[in-house]
Formats: sequence, structure tokens, C-alpha cells
Amino acid sequence: MRARAMAGLVGALVGALVLAACGEKPQTLDAKAKGPDAAPWSASASSPFYASDWKGGDKAAWEAQIRTRNQGQNDYAR
Amino acid sequence: MARMKFICDAERCIECNGCVTACKAENNVPWGVNRRRVVTLNDGVAGEKSISVACMHCSDAPCMAVCPVDCFYRTDEGVVLHDKDVCIGCGYCSYACPFGAPQFPTNGEFGLRGKMDKCTFCAGGPEANGSDAENAKYGRNRLSEGKLPACAEMCSTKALLGGDGDVVADIFRTRVLNRGKGSEVWGWGTAYGKPVQTSMATPTEVKK
Repeated sequence: MRARAMAGLVGALVGALVLAACGEKPQTLDAKAKGPDAAPWSASASSPFYASDWKGGDKAAWEAQIRTRNQGQNDYAR
Repeated sequence: MARMKFICDAERCIECNGCVTACKAENNVPWGVNRRRVVTLNDGVAGEKSISVACMHCSDAPCMAVCPVDCFYRTDEGVVLHDKDVCIGCGYCSYACPFGAPQFPTNGEFGLRGKMDKCTFCAGGPEANGSDAENAKYGRNRLSEGKLPACAEMCSTKALLGGDGDVVADIFRTRVLNRGKGSEVWGWGTAYGKPVQTSMATPTEVKK
């Protein structure tokens, strides 16, 4: 009698373990790409690597700086 | 300002790999990852052509389209970047990219893929501009320092042009007109689409 109860208990445990694999877990994506941080012209902590003739924080000045650097690649304009 | 683009002038590239070295040094790129590389067509044959290839920051980027976890994003300057905290290293982007830009660490254990790495147009990643975290994960953020990508600025023959798309296209056009040949821009049609042809208006059409 006791052995039968034991066998039933073991059977129930094995069944529970086997059926656990059938569980449905949510697979929704909870991590999202953070996306761009600050714009490149925004002033960050004063960087020692700023281009020598440009200080951060001014969009127009940044665009002018990028245009200047772009023309540095133009050997017909030197 | 127009969006950022790369142009490689095959008539000028001398396969010196200066761009590859500049990229590696500027961004502390480890062994096994090549954000930029030089490809030579018809190597050893007279008239061989070399082009420097990296992520072209496509207008309609296939990597963005196939990423199952949506880890890519595009900045206002048209630079395609990704978030390494979200990337699962599945490699789909690597199969989708026509330029072979996405890189995965190949050293270490067999089958190890890790997080994808690619050219950032020297624009870093989603971390704060110029921060140590950004530098460790993505390398230098030169755009936020008022500079252009190191590969283009270091190119000794100025074969590789990087920056405002309109400006680099103008520089290239001037060259082609002066030398009278070599107007092929490798990869531009694939990356940025075919140029839109505006119909030339005839004088009679203008009058209407």
C-alpha cells in the first residue's frame, strides 16, 4: 500500500517535471534601442578633443566646422 | 545640412590601408573585427582597382529591416547606429548587409559571436557623447568633437571622402570633370538609391 502511494507520488512529480516544459512564457521584447543621445553639436563636458577652432553647443558653428573639415578633403580648393 | 555619406574614389585608392589603420587606432577595435577594409578588384592585373569598404549608413538600411530585436537607429545626420545592450548577436544583419559591414568577434571559443560591431561614422553610440562608456563600447565620437571620420580625414590620397553627402559629391564631381574619367561611385546606388532624374524642361515647357 505504502509502496503504491510512493510510486504515485514519484509519478506525479515526474509528470509535473515533464509538463513544466509545456509552459508558455512571454517572449515580448522588453529591451528597446536607446536611440540617439544628445545631438553632436550639443555641449558636453568640455572635451580635450574638440576641434581647436570650435566649442560645443552651437549648431550653426558645428555645421560650419564640418563644412570646413569637408573642404579639407578637397584638394582642388586648397 | 545634408546627411552624412562616404565616397571611395577607386581612381585614387592605392590600397595603403591607412583608413583601416586609422579606424582601428581611433576606435580601439580589437583583433578579429574590421570595421573598414580595402577590397582590390583584379588584384595583380594591370588596371586593378581598390576600394575602401565599411558601413555606408544606407538610406534604407537592410540591417535595420532584418534586426529581430530592433537594435538599430538612425541619427538626424543619417548615421546608422546600433545599441549593443539590445543586440543579441544573431547575425541576421551580417547576411542582409550588401557591404559586409557587421562584424562579430571571431576569436575566442568556437561559435562565439558576441555583440555586433560596425563602423559608427565616428559618431559613437547611444551613451552620452564622449563618455567613457561610449568610448569603451563604440569607440571615439569625432562628430561630437566637430570632426569627420578618422578614416576619411587620414586618407593620404583623399580617395576616401566622408561627410556631408552634398559636399563630398561636389568634391568628387569636380575631380571627375578635371580628370575626365572614373565617374563610377562604388556602392552609392546600393546604399543611397539611384539618383532621381528630374526631367529637363524645354523652353516651351517653361513658358507653359
